[in-house]
Amino acid sequence: MTTTIELTAKDFKGVDPDWCPGCGHFGVLNSIQRAYADVGLQPHEVVTVSGIGCSSNAPGYINTYGMHTLHGRALPFATGVKMANHELTVIATGGDGDGYGIGAGHFTHAARRNVDITYVVMNNQIYGLTTGQMSPTSRPGLTTKSTPFGSIEYPYNPITSAIMNGATYVARGYSGDIRGTTKLIADGIRHKGFSLIDIHSPCVTFNLENTHDFFKQRIKKLDEVEHDASDWKAACEYAMEWGDTIYTGLFFEVESESLSQLDPILKEGGPIAKRSLPLTPEQADRLKSRLM
Amino acid sequence: MSGYDMAIAIGGEAGQGIATPGDILARLFVRRGLNFNSYNAFQSIVRGGHIFLTLRTTEETKYSHGDKLDILLCLNQDTMDKHLHFMKAGSKVIYNSDNITPGSAADGVQLCGLPIAELTGNARAGLNQNTVAVGAILYMLGLEFQVLKDSLTQQFQRKGEAIVIENVKVAQAGYEHAIKNFERFPDEIPMLSTPRGVWSGNDALAMGGAAAGVKFYAAYPMSPSTGLLHWFANNGRNIGAMVRQIEDEIGVANIVIGAAHTGARTLSATSGGGFALMTEAIGASSMMEIPTVYIDVMRAGPSTGVPTKTEQGDLWQALGASQGDFQRFIAAPLHAQDAFNLMAEIFNLTDRFQCPAIVLSDLLISEGHYSVDPEELDFFPTIDRGSTITEHAVGKTDYLRYKFTESGISPRAVAGLEGYVHVVATDEHEENSGLISDEFTNPHKRRAMVEKRSRKFENIVAEIAPPELVGPADADVTMIGWGSTFAAMHDSLALLTDRGITANFLSVKWIVPLHADKIAEVFANAKRTIIVENNQSGQFARYLRGETGLVPDGHIRKYDGEPFMPHHIADGVEDNLKNNTEQFIPFQEIVV
Repeated sequence: MTTTIELTAKDFKGVDPDWCPGCGHFGVLNSIQRAYADVGLQPHEVVTVSGIGCSSNAPGYINTYGMHTLHGRALPFATGVKMANHELTVIATGGDGDGYGIGAGHFTHAARRNVDITYVVMNNQIYGLTTGQMSPTSRPGLTTKSTPFGSIEYPYNPITSAIMNGATYVARGYSGDIRGTTKLIADGIRHKGFSLIDIHSPCVTFNLENTHDFFKQRIKKLDEVEHDASDWKAACEYAMEWGDTIYTGLFFEVESESLSQLDPILKEGGPIAKRSLPLTPEQADRLKSRLM
Repeated sequence: MSGYDMAIAIGGEAGQGIATPGDILARLFVRRGLNFNSYNAFQSIVRGGHIFLTLRTTEETKYSHGDKLDILLCLNQDTMDKHLHFMKAGSKVIYNSDNITPGSAADGVQLCGLPIAELTGNARAGLNQNTVAVGAILYMLGLEFQVLKDSLTQQFQRKGEAIVIENVKVAQAGYEHAIKNFERFPDEIPMLSTPRGVWSGNDALAMGGAAAGVKFYAAYPMSPSTGLLHWFANNGRNIGAMVRQIEDEIGVANIVIGAAHTGARTLSATSGGGFALMTEAIGASSMMEIPTVYIDVMRAGPSTGVPTKTEQGDLWQALGASQGDFQRFIAAPLHAQDAFNLMAEIFNLTDRFQCPAIVLSDLLISEGHYSVDPEELDFFPTIDRGSTITEHAVGKTDYLRYKFTESGISPRAVAGLEGYVHVVATDEHEENSGLISDEFTNPHKRRAMVEKRSRKFENIVAEIAPPELVGPADADVTMIGWGSTFAAMHDSLALLTDRGITANFLSVKWIVPLHADKIAEVFANAKRTIIVENNQSGQFARYLRGETGLVPDGHIRKYDGEPFMPHHIADGVEDNLKNNTEQFIPFQEIVV
């Protein structure tokens, strides 16, 4: 028998973060820990998987099973964990460079597969750990160490991309809004299928444009405009807006069977990881007869 | 006496249905209990091009497709033009005389034209020419027509009775035409006691994985490894295994680690290009100490290279796969059955030593087809998971994932267990998984962790069997090879004996760990040593010299995309003995 007791966010605390003071990621970390408690999870039932980057240090700061993996590869690792043991709750975390740059291919396909992973991206529109270069979500004109005359590239839109790729739960949060972000993450965990929660999480050291003040002046909640989250076209329109108003909240949600619900191999026999390894005599006989 | 030895080649273009007569003949041979192997020379094209399938059946155990052809079946003019010169006295060349003009054959070669339109009496002559030809071949082999009738019925029953009747009819026409016009081969085809089956090397790798407990197969299609993906797709439900096709090999390699972290035995296969993409993950498997097995089915490189041709060109890629300095297993199976047996062994080793393993197969082994006796296969091998923890420990709070131990092996709890919550990281870490790579880097902790991982491999060579010398101990020449060259080296011994040369050979399967002492002993006792390998730069020779200081008396290398035939090796050995040749590069006679 395993233990089931009601836990609080504190029970999910790991080692203390070494992020810069004032980093937006503290708010996200707090929200993840609260969401785990709100959903009623136990630390050993959760695997928090990350790639590489400032935000990807999160698994060490969280008291669950953690995998701090390779740059851009959080989603494949997380997919492997989830498909081999679909009883586990699997959360992938990381940054915009990790998820939308080097890992963009995996993001597309994890969304398309509707694998039941909650993907929490701490989007600060900059490469922080490498000391300040343009990221896929940097806005045109942003001056960074790799774009001293300002970025001239069109920014990646995680929300519209996720919707187009088939994600079934797509939300945007802001790390300054812990209560709102916690709810988005918790609902994402409850959602069966691939959920993206893209969270604007300012880098106070290297992105001096997209600051807490910048977001505080612009953030507007979708709740205030009575957005219908089943309407993907409206969701994309709201997601494309980036000016005086930046929307947060649940953009899109649709009920659709997740990969583990669809794969016939999981209909019976329990999680792949818990299956007995040796072949049964009947299985071996079938393999032998196929040779003849 | 070497007993019955019959080789049949079928040439044509992709889309002409070469596989079907190949399958029918293969089944006929193995049902009689004969040894069988085949090699298909082809190009990366779905329609057109030139395909040349060689089928060889023997009474004794042989591993290669041999050196001679007894029957050449030409399905198009190209085959006649390209390969007639290879046919020697006593052999037969079969062709559709309606549209193929025979060339000038060597003395004693029987040209056997089949008037296909007349024999089939219908408009589907082009489609039926293969079956007519198989009918003629059956007569030449001295088999009763009923044997073929049964075989055709089995082959085509899924397509309906009309197709069966049509095929039997045209096959009979071919058989009867042969009775009137062609000669039988003098040797009687033997009938041995135990019928066998047929499998490919990829089937063997996949089945070996299944027997080892693989319950998750992930891959991206890449020739010549795709056979494993197809095998798991077709058999996954039977063995309770999940199969996933993934967006790229980077994803595959990392999914394998994620799944292995939950305790599942997970497998993937690719070829050199896909393997290159996987390499960062292989280092991650080492750093996180999560056991993994990756198969690289080598093909001719570099880069896209020659996708349908074989080469042993990825040895150094395997040795150097991923950044950093770490321990890995590397094994190159010698033949299909060896590949089957290797899988359980290597999964046990990776579970016990918590590190990555690389299996180097190649196109020759993987896409070749061979006779197999299922009763000789161990479908229930020992499964040893080492110190893997799979049970909850309620209340436990002192678990250290990377605990320092004398052996360097720390008990590994799979994800999801109460009492063992921990983080695994690709950053350097300490016993409790805390990172030491960033803010708190400590050289003493780093050194201790590097040494912990390396301790796992201190006496690792004791875990694997040494390679075995095949042939007489006091031979004139000792050949040394690795992996798939076993086949041609094995089959060259009889040829060398005929030429008055006694030879033996050592085929190395385990690249890492390397049985250096055993190999040194073989060198010390050898009169003359020659390293045989299927690449240009002598990758194994250079590795062996690096590990042992051993340098052979000569080299035989082939890097034209086609595998060694036994006489290529015999020629090289003879040349080395006569002329002290440093390096012999055989000429490939059959060009496809």
